[in-house]
Amino acid sequence: MDFLFYFGDVFTPFNFGLLILGTVFGLIFGATPGLSPTMTVALAIPFTFKLEPAAGLILLGALYTSTVAGGAVSAILLRIPGAPANIATTLDGNAMAKKGEGAKALQLSFLASLVGGLFGVFLLITLTKPLSEWALIFGPSELFWLAILGVTIIGSLDSKSLVKGLLSGCIGMWLATIGFDDMLGAQRFVFHPALGGGINIIAALIGLFAIPQVIAMFAGGRIDSAAEVIKVQKHKVTDAVKELWNRKRAAGIGTIVGSIIGLIPGVGGQIAGLVAYDQAKKFSSEKDKFGTGHSEGVIAAEAANNAMVGPSLVPLLTLSIPGSPTAAVLLGGLLIHGIFPGPDLFINHADVAWTFINSMLIGQILMCVFGIFVAGLAAKVAQVPKHVMAAIVLALAVFGSYSVQSSMSDVYVMATLGVMMYFLERFGFSAAPLVLGLILGPIAEENFAIGSMIANASDGLAPYFLTGRLNLILIAMVIASIVYSGWMEVRSRRYTSKEEIMQ
Amino acid sequence: MSEISLPRIQHIAASGVVAAVGVWVTYVSFTQQPAQAFLFPRLIATVFVILALWTFIKACLGWSKVGSGLSARDCKRLVVGLIIACIYIFWMAKGLGFYTATAIAFFVLLSIYDPAPHTALKSWVKRIAITACFIAVMYGLFAKLLTVYTPREIFF
Repeated sequence: MDFLFYFGDVFTPFNFGLLILGTVFGLIFGATPGLSPTMTVALAIPFTFKLEPAAGLILLGALYTSTVAGGAVSAILLRIPGAPANIATTLDGNAMAKKGEGAKALQLSFLASLVGGLFGVFLLITLTKPLSEWALIFGPSELFWLAILGVTIIGSLDSKSLVKGLLSGCIGMWLATIGFDDMLGAQRFVFHPALGGGINIIAALIGLFAIPQVIAMFAGGRIDSAAEVIKVQKHKVTDAVKELWNRKRAAGIGTIVGSIIGLIPGVGGQIAGLVAYDQAKKFSSEKDKFGTGHSEGVIAAEAANNAMVGPSLVPLLTLSIPGSPTAAVLLGGLLIHGIFPGPDLFINHADVAWTFINSMLIGQILMCVFGIFVAGLAAKVAQVPKHVMAAIVLALAVFGSYSVQSSMSDVYVMATLGVMMYFLERFGFSAAPLVLGLILGPIAEENFAIGSMIANASDGLAPYFLTGRLNLILIAMVIASIVYSGWMEVRSRRYTSKEEIMQ
Repeated sequence: MSEISLPRIQHIAASGVVAAVGVWVTYVSFTQQPAQAFLFPRLIATVFVILALWTFIKACLGWSKVGSGLSARDCKRLVVGLIIACIYIFWMAKGLGFYTATAIAFFVLLSIYDPAPHTALKSWVKRIAITACFIAVMYGLFAKLLTVYTPREIFF
């Protein structure tokens, strides 16, 4: 019940103002196609430099929560999912809007997001403390394997190609070694003066997530991209609450599926929404109505993608292993304030951790309240043409990466990594494992170095890293994630024609 | 022997570059001193080079099926924007100052990619207004609110 002591910190005028600001802007940015939650949070990090750690995290947490929910606005009214997490919402949400039930679809999506989101954050509250206490038994070898697991699990599950996913993770881990070695002070891979101080995480995150989007928008050319917004009629919120109560099974399925998927590192909101939609359809007595504008489809999908938000932060806050790209960006937000998540977080920075978690709980309620009223404005902003959005994001990326250390080197690194990522993505490489490699690389290296010293003073390297129950479990999980992903890839290839493979 | 398709050539080129980087990283990791500082990079480089060469061989054999590559149309569309973005980041931002450079780059990008006809006076006025508003917001946010001192060579 520790979290109850820190509720007051959320309601200070400044923190609560930030929470509202983050929620409103998150809803608007979430509704804008092309601005994913990860990119929004990455671009917002420079705005938290001057804030206290808890205040900065409140802003980032509010943006994360509400961008995921805000994506439903464009999914319903424009038939363009604001984020991959809202793909399933498009299926029935847009059909409802076309039938003149747009307002009802929006209200149901925000109410379902509230139900799922609250449950997700409760799960975060209940699991975080005991798991962080359990994590204290982790030594350097276990933490090394945990970091490797974080990269392999995202590399294998987040990418369409297992080899390219793992290779992206390796590239990220190599990039993390550029600069000075912490132990001996030796320079490593410094092939340009701009890399003398290593690669700054925040600049890299901004580049890797924002610049490929900018170039993709350029690749769209001179096309009138402003989609038509479906007009909505008024609908009573109380009727939407009644509808949600009548469809509680779909909300329950979405919430449970989203929470479970959120706990698995590497599996994002897109999967949560689609799996929940599929399961809700299977258990529904009105299966035939799915896809034609059925409220259960919207409820299940939105409950799931917001239920995923809280649990996706459990591995980050307990083991310092970000389970998703957005969690990795949040880790960047923590690190710039000198806060290192993990077992010690709830001992050394309990106030920051619990204030952040509590703000996410309150943020869910604000997201629902503001969502219902801001949806119209968000839909208008979502119509911002792509070329304007590209120019805005480019400028924000430049200013944001510069403001990290007031260094042009960070801007150059940001741009180079971003351009490189765009081209790599065109050939099946993925940004998520690369980012995870970049963030977890130093954790893996530090624990590898400490572990090596302990091993050299005792049994040797192999027995230290390859024996012990926890080590073996983690190694088994690394292998299992790779084998499972490889098996899935081979299975899907069976259904791919020879012509497609040969291109 | 059948003709090699454009995506396949692109896959070979892309994976070739990655493999070359992998080989260089491995070479540096195993030859540079002090060896202790390169212990972890060696571990990473070994996996990196194996996976990179595997990807390269797969691409050469035409087995790379993930990633659609770049079409000529995409290249043509993005190249102008990319060049302007690079000039903005690598030269203009420092040379002219952040706000001046951003205003110029923003306006040029807007003008190039705006689907509105370039002959219409109204569209030019709109672009100038959007640019002015955006720069005002950026100045307010970064110079006043966050007090970030950016390079200011000319004007402001």
